[in-house]
Amino acid sequence: MDLKDKLISSFMAFENNVDVENPVHDVRMEAIKNFEEKGFPSKKEEAWKYTSLNSLQKIDFSIFPKEENTIEYKDVKRYFLHEIDTYKIVFIDGIYSSYLSETTHDGVDICLMSAALTKPMYKQVIDVYFNKVASKEESLTTLNTAFSKEGAYIYIPKNKMPKKPIEILHFATGNEAALMLQPRNLIVVEENAEVQIIERHQSLTSNEVLTNSVTEIFAAENGIVDYYKIQNDAPESSLIDNTYINQKGKSVVKVHTFSFGGKLTRNNLNFYQNGEYIDSTMKGVTILGDKQHVDHHSLVHHIEPNCESHQDYKGIYGDGSTGVFNGKIIVDKIAQKTNAFQQNNNILISDKATINTKPQLEIFADDVKCSHGCTIGQLDEDALFYLQSRGIPKKEARALLMYAFANNVLESVRIPELKIRINKLIAEKLGVNLGFDL
Amino acid sequence: MAYTEEELKKELETKEYEYGFYTDIESDTFPNGLNEEIVVAISKKKEEPEWMTQWRLEAFKAWKEMEEPEWANVHYKKPDFQAISYYSAPNKKPKYNSLDEVDPELLDTFKKLGISIDEQKKLAGVAVDIVMDSVSVATTFKKTLAEKGIIFCSISEAIKEHPELVKKYIGTVVPQKDNFYAALNSAVFSDGSFCYIPKGVRCPMELSTYFRINQAGTGQFERTLVIADEGSYVSYLEGCTAPSRDENQLHAAVVELIALDDAEIKYSTVQNWFPGDKEGKGGVFNFVTKRGLCEKNAKISWTQVETGSAVTWKYPSCVLKGDNSIGEFYSIAVTNNYQQADTGTKMIHLGKNTKSTIISKGISAGKSQNSYRGLVQVNSRAENARNFSQCDSLLMGNECGAHTFPYIEAKNKSAQIEHEATTSKIGEDQIFYCNQRGIETEKAIALIVNGFSKEVLNKLPMEFAVEAQKLLEISLEGSVG
Repeated sequence: MDLKDKLISSFMAFENNVDVENPVHDVRMEAIKNFEEKGFPSKKEEAWKYTSLNSLQKIDFSIFPKEENTIEYKDVKRYFLHEIDTYKIVFIDGIYSSYLSETTHDGVDICLMSAALTKPMYKQVIDVYFNKVASKEESLTTLNTAFSKEGAYIYIPKNKMPKKPIEILHFATGNEAALMLQPRNLIVVEENAEVQIIERHQSLTSNEVLTNSVTEIFAAENGIVDYYKIQNDAPESSLIDNTYINQKGKSVVKVHTFSFGGKLTRNNLNFYQNGEYIDSTMKGVTILGDKQHVDHHSLVHHIEPNCESHQDYKGIYGDGSTGVFNGKIIVDKIAQKTNAFQQNNNILISDKATINTKPQLEIFADDVKCSHGCTIGQLDEDALFYLQSRGIPKKEARALLMYAFANNVLESVRIPELKIRINKLIAEKLGVNLGFDL
Repeated sequence: MAYTEEELKKELETKEYEYGFYTDIESDTFPNGLNEEIVVAISKKKEEPEWMTQWRLEAFKAWKEMEEPEWANVHYKKPDFQAISYYSAPNKKPKYNSLDEVDPELLDTFKKLGISIDEQKKLAGVAVDIVMDSVSVATTFKKTLAEKGIIFCSISEAIKEHPELVKKYIGTVVPQKDNFYAALNSAVFSDGSFCYIPKGVRCPMELSTYFRINQAGTGQFERTLVIADEGSYVSYLEGCTAPSRDENQLHAAVVELIALDDAEIKYSTVQNWFPGDKEGKGGVFNFVTKRGLCEKNAKISWTQVETGSAVTWKYPSCVLKGDNSIGEFYSIAVTNNYQQADTGTKMIHLGKNTKSTIISKGISAGKSQNSYRGLVQVNSRAENARNFSQCDSLLMGNECGAHTFPYIEAKNKSAQIEHEATTSKIGEDQIFYCNQRGIETEKAIALIVNGFSKEVLNKLPMEFAVEAQKLLEISLEGSVG
């Protein structure tokens, strides 16, 4: 039985366990219908031209983990941003771990999707926001919608800001030979509110894991959202991350994606600007080796005038890795005075590495400034020679240059401890110890 | 160059050379529709050898299995391929008896382009009553070319006279099964040009199609094959700046260029077919497959100015097979009213130290849609490949659209690829500056557009460049309110 059939038949079992009276039931039914019709995307589809899901579909993933599992904090401490105090929403094999988590209802709601979907007190928010910006057409998103049950629920009311950043962590313990996870997150930031979120998926064994995650983010007027995605998973783990962001006037949303690990990572990042004077920023650093594959697929839809978007993705590809960048900017007819910038720089350090990039502009308004730039190149030999002539070994010199290359993106990380952590990850990935933090 | 200003002037004055090569086929138009019999009949009509007929049939078989591509960013009512007549004798009957009957708008355009009265008549399909002193010029040209061993004739003639060359090269760059329209063209191509430059020969003049064949009749499914043998050079001009009101709605041409070791081909196109009226009615569908193959140290340079056609679907490409080969693509695409253009290039880097440059300028006005679609592919064995691409779009008015779809695929670590794209409108301050110096707005825009397209216009052969510049002005006329 292939994965699609398995998922569809599992849906029946899944539905029997949840409340069919809930209005979300209809949303799920609608969603599974769409998935059933479309199935997994194939390479024939333009959006999936460079990323194949065929090999993943051959794996016999278990869709519901059989038993609960616990892990000791000391074993996973290093995956947390333990240097500072944070709110934590932790899932183990898709199941919420109250032991490792730290949630709150003090002024803001930082809790669980399962609670939000079932408890009447959240109904108002769910009715307004749940599945409102996520695509109802894209097959993997609807697959997630159909199985939406658990994930992070974050609601920041007007003029509020949580005292500390929020970490969302997903651990896979390897209890199952192969596990498929479908977390569903909803983040609502009301007027003048602000939030910082760090998301990480981590497998603790070498068993196969496939995560198909959907995150919906709503930023109301003057809302500020900082979202950091750390993708440094085990080599057997695959992640399909679908993030949908709906922004209202004058809101500022920044998404940083750091992709260093995993077998296959696909980031679908979609921004919809429903207001004026919005700022949308998406930045990413990708450093790959082995046979890793990362696909950054972004969309910025400029719907209203006077907005800005900034995109900056840096990639360093070694060994037999493959990088894909597909950035799309759409500027609607009425979205005059739009400034949209897109930058994608890549370095290939191996002959077997591949980079496919497609920066795409679709512009229907005339009074706009839109540009995109894309480069594929190597490290500057002269600079490398300069550093070596000053006694820096070649390996370190190369790492230093790569640091510099990625630094533009790191500069805008607003949590200092996180910046240090990412620097360490980069050093680890490049196999050097520079003895200082940038 | 054995080709002086005087001669050039003469040539421009008397563009009647068509008769020099004109093959008279007395025939009726074939019935509408396409099947194997029609393909065989076309081949027979052209007195083609058996292998050619078989080649066409193969293409037809492939075409039947294919589907019309839908990935391009254009929307149109698909032509009914069974409602087209695939062969009609060149129409010799003049459409009009005198210039007075011709659409004054068309004449106005001619005047602006500075086209001589005689030529105007020819282009508008007016009966020309004086036989001009053209044959001699054509003969002189023919003689010069023959002396150098250059073969330049219609493709039908080449199939008969030089079958060994045609057989060897046709379909090697654009195979019959390449795509839907290429397959269709391979099956039913009516005529086209063939050009062969022998080893080490530098073609002394710009080869141009419009002094060779009867323009009016060949249109629909043109097939061009240009072969530059080792160390040779040729500059080839296609099309015409003057607007041609062609009745054929569908054009599916195929152009194959082969540049052998150390050869260089420069291919320039000006396309100005009927774009449809202001409401977007009518207009030509232009679905062209153009591709060149570069062997060692060879160079192919495509330059195009696209202002006509209701729908354009065209990607002149270079396969950089040989080491050190160079591919270039310079393009200006102008769309106005309801025109749609999806054009760009493919640069396939296979050999070592290959270089490619892409400069694409898109100008959209009115309610038109203008897309750049390009592919730069560096294969794993293409060491030190270098590419530079620049795509600029200029938008006029808020009802048009500009789109960029650049695909970049690199599989070699020594590849250096740069891509840049910008979209903007004409700066109000620039127009203000011109106005202030007494240049009216319409002129100011022409000036700015010319500056915007300069990089590409510069690549055109001189006489073309002047006309193309004027053409840009005319195409954008009335687009600024």
